[in-house]
Amino acid sequence: MYESEAKLAEPNATMRSGVGNVRATVPREHRQTVGNTRVDNPRIRCNKLNVYYGDTHAIHDINLDVGNNEILALIGPSGCGKTTFLRCMNRMNDTIPGCRVEGEIIVDKQNVNSPEVDVVPLRARMGMVFQKPNPFPKSIYENVAFGPRIHGLTANKAELDEVVETSLVKAGLWDEVKERLDQPGTGLSGGQQQRLCIARAIAVQPEVILMDEPCSALDPIATAVIENLMVELRQNFTICIVTHSMQQAARVSNRTAFFHLGDLIEVGETNELFIRPGHQLTEDYITGRFG
Amino acid sequence: MLSLVLVLLLFSSIAYYVGRRRAFSAAGGQIRQLHSLPGYNGLYVALWCGLPALLVLLAWLSLEGAIIDNLVVAALPRDIIEQGAERVTLVLNEIQNVVSGTIYGEPDATVLAAAEHYRQLKSISHGALIGLTLVLPLAAGAYALRKINPRFEARNAVEGVITGLLLTSSTIAVLTTVGIVLSVLFESLRFFQSVPITEFLFGLEWSPQTAIREDQVGSSGAFGAVPLFAGTMLIALIAMLVAVPIGLMSAIYLSEYANVRFRAVAKPLLEILAGVPTVVYGFFAALTVAPFIRDAGGLLGLDVASESALAAGLVMGIMIIPFVSSLSDDVINAVPQAMRDGSYGIGATRSETIKRVIIPAALPGIVGGILLAVSRAIGETMIVVMAAGLAANLTANPLEAVTTVTVQIVTLLVGDQEFDSPKTLAAFALGLVLFVVTLFLNVIALYIVRKYREQYE
Repeated sequence: MYESEAKLAEPNATMRSGVGNVRATVPREHRQTVGNTRVDNPRIRCNKLNVYYGDTHAIHDINLDVGNNEILALIGPSGCGKTTFLRCMNRMNDTIPGCRVEGEIIVDKQNVNSPEVDVVPLRARMGMVFQKPNPFPKSIYENVAFGPRIHGLTANKAELDEVVETSLVKAGLWDEVKERLDQPGTGLSGGQQQRLCIARAIAVQPEVILMDEPCSALDPIATAVIENLMVELRQNFTICIVTHSMQQAARVSNRTAFFHLGDLIEVGETNELFIRPGHQLTEDYITGRFG
Repeated sequence: MLSLVLVLLLFSSIAYYVGRRRAFSAAGGQIRQLHSLPGYNGLYVALWCGLPALLVLLAWLSLEGAIIDNLVVAALPRDIIEQGAERVTLVLNEIQNVVSGTIYGEPDATVLAAAEHYRQLKSISHGALIGLTLVLPLAAGAYALRKINPRFEARNAVEGVITGLLLTSSTIAVLTTVGIVLSVLFESLRFFQSVPITEFLFGLEWSPQTAIREDQVGSSGAFGAVPLFAGTMLIALIAMLVAVPIGLMSAIYLSEYANVRFRAVAKPLLEILAGVPTVVYGFFAALTVAPFIRDAGGLLGLDVASESALAAGLVMGIMIIPFVSSLSDDVINAVPQAMRDGSYGIGATRSETIKRVIIPAALPGIVGGILLAVSRAIGETMIVVMAAGLAANLTANPLEAVTTVTVQIVTLLVGDQEFDSPKTLAAFALGLVLFVVTLFLNVIALYIVRKYREQYE
């Protein structure tokens, strides 16, 4: 994952020199997390999660719970490890050569971060939506039907049709595409493509949807549509979203976790964290003093 | 001649420095005052110094021989000229031999006199050429040097020359192609005057031996090309049956499964297959594979010709593997990682991802690569010449000997030929059809590849 420093500094370009100062003064040893990392009856519980890319220690000793039917926002400056953390939960880091994940990720009393666990059913339970819309170069119908087909979720064409329709309805795309399901998914607009990807993810009826900056490639109107969608999806799914937009985190999430240089600095109820941040770094970040 | 070129080079490099110095001093040492950098001014002078002289030199060298020949012939005694053009050519040959001192025996007086004349003309020409090469660059260089001043647009002029040079290079390639096509086309038209085009395209019998004498036997002269094209297609089909699965699967393995180290070793090794000379494949097919297939067939009680379509096709398939695998590997790698992530993210396994996402996404590119390989298979000559045989059988049995278009072109044109008989002209007609077919395949392939490229942009 790469974002330019300039893009990050964009909201407050004059603060760029400040970024260097903040980073220089941060001690490199592990920092204690402010706030309560645990929730009752979590959907996912991470214990002492560490990720290494070769020799680089990307995230350090993260303890964090994701509750049922909540939207957890992961925020923090680039390179802070939030996407890495997100990708641990469905073991997508397995596909990156040289990446090593240590620690426990407990889902339904089972540590899914152990080599014995098969990633195929795990990933079916944890749908993922990526930063850039990545519909397959197939028809809209085939894009949504992809997951149900490979997991054999439907017995016949009629059932598949129904899954495709309900998924597209849930993703708020049905009315726009119901007349042209046989057209290529790549022909849709950016926002529609991203909703198609969300429909594709929810077609396999996951428990959790992991979203990696799902709106960063979209304009404000498409972003608003997707944010509304997330709030609706919350009723059926648990959502974990990485975002660079503090406003987005504040608008949609229940809880927010702030990462910095591989450490989880602070976790809390979103309202609480944005109004009364418990850590100086969190306050500096959300008030735009660096980032 | 080499020394003249070296002298020109020397003059040009001197001209470069002089021109640069001149530009410097014209600007009074202030480079910003100049329209073009001093280097461009130097190049401008150097080009003026070298190029015209070089062109004159080349023109002189290519025309010198013909002009001297004409002058010598014109000075020959009238009775020789009256004996006709062939006699004149003979005498001219003799004269040239005398001049170069490679004659045996005693030439007659007229020839000796003419040889002396020839020698004189030659030395005059030589002296003039040297003079020209010394004077022309100096004059042209001085002309260019005088034009240098701070506002002179030397850069534009130099870049104009470079553009011209690039244009010339590209037109040479295009014009050569046009020339080949036209020559093949006209010869084919001559062929179609003696053999109707319908008979050529749809006739089922190929037997290009035409009778030289009235009473010659066994020379029917049938020009039906269907058996040749059937043979070509049969061998190309066998080759593709070998190359497409092996090439495609190795490409998938290399791009999706193999670790970096294996890939770094295996890919170049696979591409070495494309570097093996086709003649080596040819004798491998003829001397190793064909006997092996015949013996193996014999064990099974099959009657296999010693030059079978199967042997040629198999070896050709091996040869084409790198085309398919390399092109497929490229397009598979071009499928964005986001597609793979999307598929893995839903819980697809690696093979499901390959089958359902990567191959469909890369398919147009793969098809393009396969079509390029097909046109390569159809045009391939050496393997089939050595391994496929000459008998124009119209058969679909890969164990029989067949012949291909390219093999027939080779056999029609190798050796002493009369270039106006339908037999030799048939080669041009075959070449024309082959050209059209491969061109057509290439156009389709390029069209598909281009269409594919638009998908992710």
